[in-house]
Amino acid sequence: MISADLNIILPEIVLAVFAMLALVGAVYTGKDKVAPLLVWASAALMLLMAIWIGTTGADTRIAFSGMFIDDAFSRFAKVVILVSAAAVLLMSEGYMARHKLLRFEYPVLVLLSVVGMMVMVSAGDLISLYMGLELHSLALYVVAALRRDSERSTEAGLKYFVLGALSSGLLLYGASLTYGYAGTTLFSGVIAAATEGHLSIGLLIGLVLMMSGLAFKVSAVPFHMWTPDVYEGSPTPVTAFFATAPKVAAMGLFARLLFDAFGGAVADWSQVVALLSLLSMFLGSVAAIGQRNIKRLMAYSSITHMGYALMGLASGTEFGVQAMLVYMAIYVTMNVGTFAFILSMSRDGQPVTDIGALGMYSKKEPARALAMLVLLFSLAGVPPLVGFFGKLYVLQAAYAAGLAWLAVAGVIASVIGAFYYLRIVFYMYFGDDRSDDLDAGGSPVLWGFLVLSAVLMVAGVVNLFGVEGAAAAAAATLVN
Amino acid sequence: MIGLEHYLTVAAVLFVTGIFGIFLNRKNVIILLMSIELILLSVNINFVAFSSYLGDLAGQVFTLFVLTVAAAEAAIGLAILVCFFRNRGSIAVEDVNVMKG
Repeated sequence: MISADLNIILPEIVLAVFAMLALVGAVYTGKDKVAPLLVWASAALMLLMAIWIGTTGADTRIAFSGMFIDDAFSRFAKVVILVSAAAVLLMSEGYMARHKLLRFEYPVLVLLSVVGMMVMVSAGDLISLYMGLELHSLALYVVAALRRDSERSTEAGLKYFVLGALSSGLLLYGASLTYGYAGTTLFSGVIAAATEGHLSIGLLIGLVLMMSGLAFKVSAVPFHMWTPDVYEGSPTPVTAFFATAPKVAAMGLFARLLFDAFGGAVADWSQVVALLSLLSMFLGSVAAIGQRNIKRLMAYSSITHMGYALMGLASGTEFGVQAMLVYMAIYVTMNVGTFAFILSMSRDGQPVTDIGALGMYSKKEPARALAMLVLLFSLAGVPPLVGFFGKLYVLQAAYAAGLAWLAVAGVIASVIGAFYYLRIVFYMYFGDDRSDDLDAGGSPVLWGFLVLSAVLMVAGVVNLFGVEGAAAAAAATLVN
Repeated sequence: MIGLEHYLTVAAVLFVTGIFGIFLNRKNVIILLMSIELILLSVNINFVAFSSYLGDLAGQVFTLFVLTVAAAEAAIGLAILVCFFRNRGSIAVEDVNVMKG
């Protein structure tokens, strides 16, 4: 019995054991000298696991009497998480080494947080939900403060820690009320107690508190305050990591909780999620207008994008979940490319984050500027790029579920949001020609990811590389 | 007779105290860490009270997990705070302001 359970969580076990062995091994051997090797090995292992998980059959397997669910939904989320984490690790190696940040703890912490994220999206019980969430957050608090000698980085770590711990506290209090009123911590038991219209007051408060806790993790307004500061303060590769895998995991957990545990009371939570979505889209779009620091700008951009992803969830339908998954996959791909560009922005070896420094960038690096142009248009949702289809999906889902006002608001927010993306394009193509412009070149790895991501944004319009079908299968296993 | 509601009331009071401790405190980051502990412990009271009321052990198991994680969380929080203090020379909340947001 136990061996069958262990067999189901084998990918997680492999990653966790590798992380711990790598930690001990690095301490007793070369310490930071083995860090580049560890980065490549971890990225390769994560890609391997992604292939393994992606090629397992379509059946739903349940381990540890319902605490861990391995279904098409969790496999979709895990593949996105693993691939994006591996991509970010590969991109960070050069930058980290240049700025003497490449410590061997970095890949280990990223691996451990990825294990936490995989548990999150597979959670079938409040206990596994909490343990996964904490494993992922605790590792992230440390990587945010990775640059120990920088005021900004440690401040980012401190802010992230305090607000993250507060959000876990809210989530946990909600979990305790849910446990008390449902009589069990299993999602399958909670869904039996939480039925439409008969939600007891304790379950309702529990649901709202857990949703606020998760809204912190996906940085949805009004729980977004930490995002700009943490994005700005953390070292850029860490920011790239924050903007990709953890967001997918948190959205996955959000969907898991809402549909697996409270799927019988859609009307009770759909309005709350719709409000979170509306506020995130507008605040993200409006607040980004005044930003000149590209990392802060990306923080507000990710708040806006989370608003769109939440719109898919708010519709509360199978199509909505499919739209959310497609949106997250596209969002992660765009962000990997954009951060590959941001990582290559430097002057005399020092990282630059001011968007004014991009003045007339197109004259010096036409290919790079063109790739970034494609990505920015895609982020803004300009047709016919892939980013547009992501938005179209969630808008359709919201409209089909009778949330036409939310869909209209989403269109308006995307028009506002287009302004700050296009401003970067303006600087690159028509801005002031600066004498102190950015260094040319940059590592081939970053260049590769930038071009790959831009090409995907163009080529994906044909059929989105079959992501739709996988997302539809994933949504079908979650909703029912 | 002390029943479930008494325990829940104490836990709710502790929880709200913790939340207010985080938002009203303007002096010291250590107090933030204490407030976080308070929130987690109030949750534990809830879990144990519900567990005994329902006659179900899962709540007490959950409590043990929460205690363990709270210890790890405090360790990480203090470690980050020590790094912050080395750079900034202060742990006052109003000094956590290099970035405005």
